[in-house]
Amino acid sequence: MNGAAVAGWRLRWRRFRRNRAAVASVGVLLLLVVFSLLAAPLEAMLGIDAFKADLLSRFDPPSAEHWLGTDDIGRDVLVRLMYGGQVSLAVGLAATLVGAVIGTAVGLLAGYYGGRLDALLMRLTDGVIALPLLPLLIVFAAVDLTKLGISAEAARSPAAGFWRIVVIIALVDWTSIARLVRAATLAVREREFVLAAKGSGAGALHVMRTHILPNVATPIIVACTLTVGRVILFESVLSFLGFGIVPPMPSWGNMLNNAQELITVAPAQAIYPGLLIFATVIAANFVGDGLQDAFDPKS
Amino acid sequence: MTRYLAGRLAEIVVVMAAMSFVIYGLIGLMPGDPIDIMAAGNPGITAEDVARLKALYGLDQPLMTRYWHWLTAALQLDFGYSRVHSQPVIDVIGPAILQTVKLAGLSLVLSLAVALALGIASALRPGGWLDTAGSLLAFAGISVPTFWLAILLILGFAVELGWLPASGMGEGAGDQIRHLILPVATLTIATAGQFIRFVRSSMIEVLRMDYIRTARAKGVGRRRLLLRHALRNALIPVVTVVALQFGGLFSGALVTETMFAWRGMGKMIYDAVLGNDYNLALVGLLFATALTLLGNLLADLAYAWLDPRISYR
Repeated sequence: MNGAAVAGWRLRWRRFRRNRAAVASVGVLLLLVVFSLLAAPLEAMLGIDAFKADLLSRFDPPSAEHWLGTDDIGRDVLVRLMYGGQVSLAVGLAATLVGAVIGTAVGLLAGYYGGRLDALLMRLTDGVIALPLLPLLIVFAAVDLTKLGISAEAARSPAAGFWRIVVIIALVDWTSIARLVRAATLAVREREFVLAAKGSGAGALHVMRTHILPNVATPIIVACTLTVGRVILFESVLSFLGFGIVPPMPSWGNMLNNAQELITVAPAQAIYPGLLIFATVIAANFVGDGLQDAFDPKS
Repeated sequence: MTRYLAGRLAEIVVVMAAMSFVIYGLIGLMPGDPIDIMAAGNPGITAEDVARLKALYGLDQPLMTRYWHWLTAALQLDFGYSRVHSQPVIDVIGPAILQTVKLAGLSLVLSLAVALALGIASALRPGGWLDTAGSLLAFAGISVPTFWLAILLILGFAVELGWLPASGMGEGAGDQIRHLILPVATLTIATAGQFIRFVRSSMIEVLRMDYIRTARAKGVGRRRLLLRHALRNALIPVVTVVALQFGGLFSGALVTETMFAWRGMGKMIYDAVLGNDYNLALVGLLFATALTLLGNLLADLAYAWLDPRISYR
């Protein structure tokens, strides 16, 4: 990285740091990651199994063994919240990344080639943006994988449950990144270094990868932070409705599956998972907002 | 203009046709098919009966043929029967639309009112305490999981305080209004966040314009300056966003309706998918799509109508 680039990053960092909410939110997100990763150590320390049902201790109040009490089939609530965090955060990151790859590919192709391909891809993007996403996600999530030729055993495995939700969310949430990448690509497409590379016989793929992609990276980063929050919300609502992460694997969304029962029996347990989702999403949105201001002072 | 409109309508028809095929295909991939479900609930049915019934309903035909049959019937407004409700799909959807319009319409009006008040107040003093509070509120509204917000409201106002019913539709006008309060509050908070941010940024941008300074220099009163000169122009992008939010409102309504057992379109689609009610799920989804597409078209038309600099040819 040359001097000018370093100075640019320093300037952005200085601008980002001035946004106190964004800086605090980075701290909150780090805390949430640490919290989630402590699941297994805490489980070992307390000598409990957060996946084993114990019907004799349903809805036990907090104790030295179960710091936040136990759930409807006697499992430790705190440790399940931590494991649920791993799942929810992992889905959020994975779906955002997969969506970013789709969006970047669409945006690059549309911006670089222009013309008919551009028109077609952008119509497609507009079409997807216009869809009622949540009802559509529910239909996607209800698809029976065995009818797609996947064996019943594989379809029921936890890994399939995880990737299926990642893929369906990514399939609907790549549009904002595609638009941004297209706009950024259009802006650099006619720059001298791109023309020089093309003139010296570089292939389209090479030009896109080595000359255009690095120059459109910053809007992608900003858009991704703004997408993570939305994706985590999608995961939580799908899991909550019973179409996402399937128990016994916990996620912050599916821990509220029996909210109706929790509300009357253990109200605190109806609050914790949602509070964690809320904290994660609002922190991610503050960070995204801060990044946007730091990277693009005009907006 | 007529040509533009015709083009856009043609586009909507194409998207609807594509969507109907995609959703038809997806729904065919959902677990079980209607005859299998019927057979599972009735031990008297033999394997031959199942095959005969499938042939009778055309379920043994390839996807394209079945879709074509469905499409030709649908174009004559015959959408088939709802399996769960044992009624024509049309008769189930009608009342559901009405309920969603009540819920989503009220929430839209309320969230716009909140957004206008807070957005304008924030834009007048950027960085002030009201701006900070409004921006926090906006971020909270965007970031809160709708179902959890509903849980909190039920917990607070129905379980703890006992002021309002936790779910259901109520009977009679007065009771129905009582049943509407919590769902409308949920949906309003969830939608207002976006609007507050838009009104604020749009208003700030307009207030920086030269014509505002000119008007102020001419001695236009503060009230008139804000409402006639600034707000009218600031509202143009806001109107577009509101129309674009049709789809979002639908998604939000799905969760809210499910949480409060409000029998609108969202809950209907959700129940239809859960209950393998193919015909109903299909038409419900297509209706939601059509509504969203029309909302987008309205947004573009409103934009051109409000801003004379823009014209579509």
